[in-house]
Amino acid sequence: MRDSTFKSAFSDRTAKTFMGVLLGATLVVTLLNQFFPPDSPLHVSAYTVTLLGKYLCYALLALSLDLVWGYCGILSLGHGAFFALGGYAMGMYLMRQIGDRGVYGNPELPDFMVFLNWDELPWYWQGFDQFWFAALMILLVPGLLAFVFGWLAFRSRVTGVYLSIITQALTYALMLAFFRNELGFGGNNGLTDFKELLGFSLQSDSTRVGLLIATALSLAIAFVLCRWITGSKLGRVVMAVRDAESRARFVGYRTEHYKLWIFTVSAILAGIAGALYVPQVGIINPGEFSPLNSIELVVWVAVGGRATLYGAVIGAILVNYGKTIFTGVMPEAWLFALGGLFVAVTVFLPQGLVGLVSQRWAALRKQFPPKKTNNDTLTPAEGEAP
Amino acid sequence: MSALDNLRDTFRRDQVFDFMRQGTRAVAPGQLDSGSGKNILYLEDITVSFDGFKALNDLTLYIQTGELRCIIGPNGAGKSTMMDVITGKTRPDSGTCFFGQTLDLTAMSETDIAMAGIGRKFQKPTVFPEHTAFENLELAMNGPRGPWHSLFTRLSGEQTNWIEDTLATVGLLEDRHKVAGLLSHGQKQWLEIGMVLMQKPQLLLVDEPIAGMTRQEVERTGELLKSLAGKHSVVVVEHDMEFIRSIASTVTVLHQGSVLAEGTMEQVQNDPKVIEVYLGE
Ligand SMILES: Nc1ncnc2c1ncn2[C@@H]1O[C@H](COP(=O)(O)OP(=O)(O)OP(=O)(O)O)[C@@H](O)[C@H]1O
Ligand SMILES: [Mg+2]
Repeated sequence: MRDSTFKSAFSDRTAKTFMGVLLGATLVVTLLNQFFPPDSPLHVSAYTVTLLGKYLCYALLALSLDLVWGYCGILSLGHGAFFALGGYAMGMYLMRQIGDRGVYGNPELPDFMVFLNWDELPWYWQGFDQFWFAALMILLVPGLLAFVFGWLAFRSRVTGVYLSIITQALTYALMLAFFRNELGFGGNNGLTDFKELLGFSLQSDSTRVGLLIATALSLAIAFVLCRWITGSKLGRVVMAVRDAESRARFVGYRTEHYKLWIFTVSAILAGIAGALYVPQVGIINPGEFSPLNSIELVVWVAVGGRATLYGAVIGAILVNYGKTIFTGVMPEAWLFALGGLFVAVTVFLPQGLVGLVSQRWAALRKQFPPKKTNNDTLTPAEGEAP
Repeated sequence: MSALDNLRDTFRRDQVFDFMRQGTRAVAPGQLDSGSGKNILYLEDITVSFDGFKALNDLTLYIQTGELRCIIGPNGAGKSTMMDVITGKTRPDSGTCFFGQTLDLTAMSETDIAMAGIGRKFQKPTVFPEHTAFENLELAMNGPRGPWHSLFTRLSGEQTNWIEDTLATVGLLEDRHKVAGLLSHGQKQWLEIGMVLMQKPQLLLVDEPIAGMTRQEVERTGELLKSLAGKHSVVVVEHDMEFIRSIASTVTVLHQGSVLAEGTMEQVQNDPKVIEVYLGE
């Protein structure tokens, strides 16, 4: 048994396979988009590039949920809030980049503020014209909210259903707040009409490809980070808290500190996912705080399989691919399909798709054992028989 | 358990909303000061009631430093509840509970109590079911307990040896990579005893350690507990009279939440009150 470090987490087989597939696929898509003319059958459109980028953002979000739910047993039904906050922080930066190219041509104020007859930028919009500041806020705002919220909840030993309910209330309350024009985040229209990011036009193909690559890299790094965390003693304590919290207390762990730690890290990852999402879809509005989003997120992780990390990623990509197809055919039925999927997975596949595959794999191995271990597969009973 | 009980258990207010409990503010864990006193644990006038029923009724009990004390008593006498009070799982309605001269256990959290040096093996074995035997002991191993430390720490050779020695002591060396949930009942009992040992506690509370063990295992457990006394103080709750006779120096009999008799096994067995409520049955 080996404790993982960040370095060893990079070189373990699962992480290598994961990064290989992810970065390989990204590279192929990049090449097909950049080096094949639009009329070639091999060309991948900018639309597809962005769609993939979106899926990868969802995958990163699912990864963050798996960390708290799969490993620590905290079923957060409000993780979309951290995603949306990261998205808003990025959106504010993108708004400030518009400058005087808005409809009203005001170099200082975003359009919606001009529309509301505001004559100066609110204090909390200061600094967002700087990318480094926005980047800091993308990490800090979701992290801080999770820290304060988690501190109150875990210290008071709010667990189980109650915790899920208050996380849901949190995202709902934020949604209502962000709907209000007076709050200064664009009300129900949210933030949109973005022009450029770090000087690159958001409309151009190469920026879209760049965003896809950035998202893939972020996902890869986040994956390694999560492997490191879950492979360390901290990960084992967190799982112990999930399985037998009071036992963990009786051997001397302050379980609330561990929950708070993992919850905060997870929220930061969710915030990063949101920040990468917004420039790719071109808008952020209070709908992202919708409780439904957070519930969908739970379904992705359940479908993929909990507590494996890659299961969450696979679940997020598959379900969202399904959603893209499904909503194209019969949009009204999507929610029913999603609900049905959740029930089916809970009842028939408690370990998710990943669990199903590994079960099948184990069964196959049993049926056709590899040659070299043939001698070891004798059961003890057979071995002892005279 | 009926569905209603299940529901009650899930929605217990004191567990779900801890802030509704009053007067349980934790004090910083201090250093154990057994000082000049020969006792390590002082329970005085402890009363615990559940919905009017007194599980502990004015219980007064002292445990000496380094002794091996056996507690017996019929089902429902309050033995496990007493351990709950000592480990901070249950708060007494009245009474005082001191560890050494200075540590007021009624005002400390479960974690602080564990860190102050009290280890417990539960009646129903509670191990970390998804972790291997080795990992269970690793998690229980005494040392810094913060998240950041846990993230960066790596098991040293010395620590690995210590864990393996303990695995050998509790007879689990062969099964060290087995997931604890798959161990037999007796093995879980031992694993939990091993976990308590890894905490290096000064006081060990061992609730019904031999349930589900074979005769040989029972003997080894007795030897182990005897060898721990002296360096540690050990409190053992058991029903098995033969086992107690084989290990005990002092026996305390609990009945209806308070002490009925105390003394050597001989004295206790011949006490008419004890015969009436317990041994005579
Ligand atoms: N959380 C609780 N809520 C209500 N009643 C409880 C609770 N815990 C214990 N009791 C009651 O308190 C009494 C004492 O229980 P306790 O578990 O301490 O007995 P015990 O001496 O350990 O018995 P046993 O030998 O069966 O383990 C029992 O009647 C039990 O039903
Ligand atoms: Mg008991």
